[in-house]
Amino acid sequence: MHGKYHVRTTINGEAVEFLCEPRQSLLECLRDILGLTGSKEGCNDGNCGACTVILDGRIVNSCLVLGAEADGADITTIEGVARGSRLHPVQRAFLEQAALQCGVCTPGLIVAAKALLEAEAQPSEERIRFWLANNLCRCTGYDKIVRAVQQAAHEMQEVNR
Amino acid sequence: MSAPAYQVVGTRPIRHDGADKVTGRALYGADLELAGLLHGFVLRCPHAHARLRRIDTSKAEAFPGVKAVVTAADFPPSGDRMVDLGEGETPLSYIRGNVLASGKALYCGHAVAAVAAVNVHVAEEAAGLIEVDYEVLPHVTTALDAMREDAPLVHEELRTKEFGAPGSRPSNVAEHFRHEMGEVERGFAEAEVIVEREFHTSTVHQGYIEPHNATALWNNDGRVLIWCSTQGSFVVRDTTACILDLPVSQVKVTPLEIGGGFGGKIPVYLEPVAALLSKKSGRPVKIVMSRKDVFEGTGPTPGSFIRVKIGARRDGTITAAEAYLAYEAGAYPGAMVASGAMTVFAAYHLPNVRIDGFDVCVNKPSTAAYRAPGATNAAFATESVMDELAENLNVDPLDFRLKNAAREGARRADGVKYRRIGCVEVIEAMKNSEHYRSALNGPHRGRGVAIGYWFNVGLASSCTISVNEDGTVNLVEGSTDIGGTRTSVAMQAAEVLGIAAEDVHPVVADTDSVGYTAVTGGSRVTFATGWAAYEAAQDVVRQMRERAARLWDVDPDAVEAVRGQYRAGSHRATFRALAAQLNRTGGPVVGRATVNPKGAGGSFSGVICDVEVDPETGKTTILRFTSIQDAGKAIHPAYVEGQMQGGSVQGIGWALNEEYYMTAEGTMANASFLDYRIPTCYDLPMIETIIVEVPNPGHPFGVRGVGEANIVPPPAALANAIYRAAGVRMRRLPMNPAAVMEAIWAAAK
Ligand code: FES
Ligand code: FES
Repeated sequence: MHGKYHVRTTINGEAVEFLCEPRQSLLECLRDILGLTGSKEGCNDGNCGACTVILDGRIVNSCLVLGAEADGADITTIEGVARGSRLHPVQRAFLEQAALQCGVCTPGLIVAAKALLEAEAQPSEERIRFWLANNLCRCTGYDKIVRAVQQAAHEMQEVNR
Repeated sequence: MSAPAYQVVGTRPIRHDGADKVTGRALYGADLELAGLLHGFVLRCPHAHARLRRIDTSKAEAFPGVKAVVTAADFPPSGDRMVDLGEGETPLSYIRGNVLASGKALYCGHAVAAVAAVNVHVAEEAAGLIEVDYEVLPHVTTALDAMREDAPLVHEELRTKEFGAPGSRPSNVAEHFRHEMGEVERGFAEAEVIVEREFHTSTVHQGYIEPHNATALWNNDGRVLIWCSTQGSFVVRDTTACILDLPVSQVKVTPLEIGGGFGGKIPVYLEPVAALLSKKSGRPVKIVMSRKDVFEGTGPTPGSFIRVKIGARRDGTITAAEAYLAYEAGAYPGAMVASGAMTVFAAYHLPNVRIDGFDVCVNKPSTAAYRAPGATNAAFATESVMDELAENLNVDPLDFRLKNAAREGARRADGVKYRRIGCVEVIEAMKNSEHYRSALNGPHRGRGVAIGYWFNVGLASSCTISVNEDGTVNLVEGSTDIGGTRTSVAMQAAEVLGIAAEDVHPVVADTDSVGYTAVTGGSRVTFATGWAAYEAAQDVVRQMRERAARLWDVDPDAVEAVRGQYRAGSHRATFRALAAQLNRTGGPVVGRATVNPKGAGGSFSGVICDVEVDPETGKTTILRFTSIQDAGKAIHPAYVEGQMQGGSVQGIGWALNEEYYMTAEGTMANASFLDYRIPTCYDLPMIETIIVEVPNPGHPFGVRGVGEANIVPPPAALANAIYRAAGVRMRRLPMNPAAVMEAIWAAAK
């Protein structure tokens, strides 16, 4: 048997330590070791974005990161997007715009959209579509997702004004 | 008569499961964790067609961490019989054989054995140690090849059912049927213009983002407990019980949240396997498919060959139509060609029709439903031919369709006589749309239109509603919620009770806790389960009137209930006030209903799309896209729009990009989301929607169901648009850049 790695990370603002096998992906560690099942597995090969998390300020497919590689990293998952009982504007906009049907793509999309709006306050429709092109959704046709991100961008700017 | 004014129906409340789904809390099948949980891995056949000479599992069983290994030999010897699991009579051997192959593996991806171990990596490693002695057999992967005399046989014992009677020669054609009406030859003789064309469509997958999964615990009391993502928890219960030879009451299925289905999560693949592994290991076992497993091991929708011939007079009246539909069933009979035949000319009122359908087995995964199954293939052919006819007749393509549109009272070739339908209204809405009236300018650009139909279904649904003291209610139903149906069902109860949608708390229950409810499919949930909620709410209202009568000491018949206001003479009380007094007036109130409604109303839809085709690369860019659909009554318009947009984009993917790319060995070359590329948001514009409402007389609120018809027109509409943009008629799906380029080169020769 292989030895396990001792990994120290910060997840959603809290210090978290865990042991993982060398072959376990970050997605697997989050879901199976830490019980953070909000990040989803749609493909396990970097092509659907359902497993999107923010790692040291960048969005990554957590299925393509090894758990061991996350040592020392600061990670935000879908579980860390709301502030306590207050939903993030992106989450609220997804609900108000009916931007989810089955909802399995939703965690990844919300994490990706939050990162977008932190990087760019007023992205164009083209820019939103380009940024979210890593995240597949089979149910919605994306129309309402794009509108939700536009709404959240608008609301976040109002607040910052 | 003006439309009735509703308070809840037609509004856009936030869905009840919304907070759970935007925070990551919602529990999907793969998220389940149980004490002692083992993880399963399914070994799949790497060949398109192979005899299983011998399977040796001893090395896998001896591998450290492995707790159980199963093959088809572990199924109880229940023999073969016909079973009806909601989709008509099927031999049990087919259903069981698709879950774990015995004798022969019929496609690449066919499950042959499974392992349960302490984790999935160990299970996968151990599965690699299972020795299967395959005798590779010749294979066949398209309908036309499989219909040849000398084709390899998928099932040696299969005989063609020819017009209902069993044949005598071995064949891959499971069935040939015909619908005929009028005098087809005379009709074509009367025609002044005839167009006859052949079409090919590729196998495509539903492509839901959540892979199939199942967890099973064969409990020590003999009951089998299952948790899974499914479109029908009762189908899983009944199928699993059948395969394991148990009474249905010994199986309990708890549906967890489901990450998309589109028809593909109706069949059962993993549950009986997980149950067998649990029985052998004494522990709960979870199996989750990989994306490759999903593509190779679950049912896509049939590829097809279709020939359509339509004749018309110069004045635009269609005189006759003929269709030949050969659909690939995949490994087991059941290619959805019946619904292809029901829908191929469904939009038109035709005097003389002949439709031949062929259900053809090939060495590909056993096909499953995909959103209006069979109809999209057929409409691609019909609506392309209609476009060519309109061009030959020099009439507007929508005017041509309108002139021949099906109306109430029209009879289809398969015998159905239409009740009130919205075909004409949909075409008129297309004609009157801002999109259709606007000009499209610029080189290499073109506009296409097409229409489509899906009949929708009713089937059984159950619902109970219990009243809380605070004036809210809990609603229990059995339809797994894929696209927000908890809310569209709850809204119908809220409308009857005169309370807010938010004051109904809907729950999708397990099979022990709710009456039998058929699958989430056929666009039926908002229609039929909504109707059950409507009836259960009526039952609550009746009981609440009795409670008010008791309080006021009047006859229950004297109590009026209007939108949550109860009154008799000078007495007045709200629903909430009465709810607060339940204990004083006799205790809890529970309303219940079961329905099996017959009046499902078919839905028509249309598409207008503008494209630009790059003459250098053949790539089609969608500039503008409008989906138009008759919802009957839109209970929650935002989710109706969502269905239309989602179906449209699946249709776009089917049209432009998606296909099972088969190798010469009969294996799928592109079983990943990298190579089987479904549309991303960067590929698309906004999808505009126009909801038409022609109420279904067969439903209390006029609901028709909107999940499916919207996928039907896009491929034809895109083909028609590409023709106007690039001058080439595309008659094979997908119309990817290479295919369009080849067509452009061929036309230039
Ligand atoms: S699961 Fe990571 S990209 Fe699909
Ligand atoms: S809502 Fe189902 S995949 Fe996006």
